[in-house]
Amino acid sequence: MSDDTTHHERYGPAERRMVRQMADAETQMLDQLAQDDADCECREGMFPGVSRRGMLFGGAALGASLLSSGQAAAQAPPGAIEYPVQPDSTKEQGRLILDDGGYGSRSQFENELRWRYPTDSLDSSWSMTPLAAGMGIITPSGLHFERHHGGIPTIDPEKHSLIIHGMVDKPLRFTMNDLKRLPSVSRTMFIECSGNGLSEWDKPTLKTVQGTHGLTSTSEWTGVLLSTVLKEAGIQDGAAWILAEGADAAVMTRSVPIDKAMDDAILAYGQNGEALRPEQGYPLRLLLPGYEGNTHIKWLRRLEISDKPFMTREETLKYTDLLPDGKAREFTLEMDAKSVITFPSGAMRLPTPGYYEISGIAWSGRGKITGVEISADGGKTWNKATLQEPVLDKCHTRFRMPWVWDGREAVLQSRCTDESGYVQPTLAELVKVRGVYSVYHLNAIQSWHVAANGEVSNVHA
Amino acid sequence: MFMRDKLRQSLAIGALALTTTALPAIGQETQGRTVAPLPAEIEETTELVPTSPVADSEGTADAGLESNFGLGRAATEAEIAAIDIDVMPDGRGLPEGNGSYAEGSSLYEEKCLACHGENLEGIKELGAPALIGGRDTLGSDKPVKTVESYLANASTLYDYIHRAMPLDSPGSLSADEVYALSAYILGRGGILGEDAELDAQSLPQVQMPNADGFIADPRPDSL
Ligand code: HEC
Repeated sequence: MSDDTTHHERYGPAERRMVRQMADAETQMLDQLAQDDADCECREGMFPGVSRRGMLFGGAALGASLLSSGQAAAQAPPGAIEYPVQPDSTKEQGRLILDDGGYGSRSQFENELRWRYPTDSLDSSWSMTPLAAGMGIITPSGLHFERHHGGIPTIDPEKHSLIIHGMVDKPLRFTMNDLKRLPSVSRTMFIECSGNGLSEWDKPTLKTVQGTHGLTSTSEWTGVLLSTVLKEAGIQDGAAWILAEGADAAVMTRSVPIDKAMDDAILAYGQNGEALRPEQGYPLRLLLPGYEGNTHIKWLRRLEISDKPFMTREETLKYTDLLPDGKAREFTLEMDAKSVITFPSGAMRLPTPGYYEISGIAWSGRGKITGVEISADGGKTWNKATLQEPVLDKCHTRFRMPWVWDGREAVLQSRCTDESGYVQPTLAELVKVRGVYSVYHLNAIQSWHVAANGEVSNVHA
Repeated sequence: MFMRDKLRQSLAIGALALTTTALPAIGQETQGRTVAPLPAEIEETTELVPTSPVADSEGTADAGLESNFGLGRAATEAEIAAIDIDVMPDGRGLPEGNGSYAEGSSLYEEKCLACHGENLEGIKELGAPALIGGRDTLGSDKPVKTVESYLANASTLYDYIHRAMPLDSPGSLSADEVYALSAYILGRGGILGEDAELDAQSLPQVQMPNADGFIADPRPDSL
């Protein structure tokens, strides 16, 4: 992306560096895919980003060891076990039950991966969900995006506890077993990092939907309502904020308004039917439905109730939105409504004109998605997409629309509305108010250009 | 054949594992498991346990519906003090101790310079950000956000260094050391003088250049 450099001079040095690295890594990954394509005679060409070759940003070494279609390889993709392919699977018994050790694995022919954003620091980094390959609304736990500021801690749940103190009648300490005995709730909801799309303010930078939108994921989370635990401790008059603190090397902290804590916050120990994944906060994570991902403190060890916000580094130096006049918005906690078409999306190629099903996800931190419209002409005309049930509060919602591509250039866009009446803005509308340096909370309409040869690319339209 | 014997062998191992670890016999010690023990294992009520409706002689509370489940136990002052490390803008949470720019200078050289650079400019390859610079750039076409240019409260600097730095040995600094490093960084940023000394009284008084730089979130009324 050599032509980008001058453009990104307009960012601060840190942001500029970030965007350049990200673009380089994505290009490297796509080159790797092109290489795989060249090696493969059975190229179908439609889904370079969602094929079994997978998305492998910044992992060229690993990528080389992955399977190419139809070829056996020494090593199975992460999460899979390599088995010999039977010449005729109807003529001999298949492998035996429990050969996987009792915890299943995915097919050796599937290798979608999270892509690590190539931050200079390995300890403070993030990985993105391969949305192009996603089906339905649930993100497999192993593909849920990650953001860590001090690596992933290994915590023994027997030794872990949560302390609640500050403006409470009874400071309390809960073991994991205590928390699991309290009344439980499950909730399917998205978590989105407010940095999702940070490379896209100024000009289209990354090529794939994993790069532009991969910092959002949906799981079914299970735990105890934070309000249950707070009532147990007894909140005192004047309490207005809660500090949530993690037990990682960053001892991550964020301040949360007490109203949110008493409303729908969850102390989660379960994810998609099993315990949280370590990288998602095992054994305990704070969930704040609809709030920016950074506030969902992982490895939660402490809650301090106070009258004022704590002004931690993550809510001052980071996760504040700088405006053109030099002022910055703080505590921009809710994630506004957003949608993106995941098929077709950047770096794919439609092999022939004809029928396709446009599909994507929409979500809002302020409630349910009530509608998604799709445009194939860059926003001039819109058609209603079908929403796949269930449509849940503060959750990814799958939308679809049949489309017959006539083989001519098209610009695909999706625009969602949530139950508060909020309509997803265009990038121009957003930039008019916030400029291009605010880094966080980019929720603008995404445009994918479909060229006459079927190639799909990221554009600002 | 399709590696039949090998598979049979692993099946046997799998089955063995199933009976010995995954399904302990009833009444057997479940130590090491992460599921909650059965309610029968509730400890005897001691005075450390908060009032539970189960034990409420008045019989006024609704057991197990709203609150007073009798779960968890009182956190002791020592337990809280051991992890209550946050510092607030008004100085709440600041420990005793003090440190000077001069002390901070040598500490910085020893513990921070390798990542944040001789002139606190940050070392890109290590991902360590610049700590100073960028004053008066926030409204420009090249905004540079640092402790000096962007931070509104000195308490945040103290709190963050104490909890998370140095990156290769977080949580290792004493209160005196964190005061000294804060004095040094703020001194290098021209916010304090080179004779600066910080303690629990003076740190909250530090006037940060961008103290008035933040506004409340106007959404959803505005984009
Ligand atoms: C091993 C490298 C390393 C060392 C040593 C180190 N830092 Fe850092 N520092 C980092 C990295 C990386 C970050 C960014 C972390 C992140 O973004 O999550 C950082 C962030 C910071 C920040 C926050 C700056 C901002 O703008 O957000 C401060 C303040 C800081 N360090 C101070 C110190 C001090 C003081 C020392 C010495 C006691 C120190 N650091 C030692 C790597 C280091």
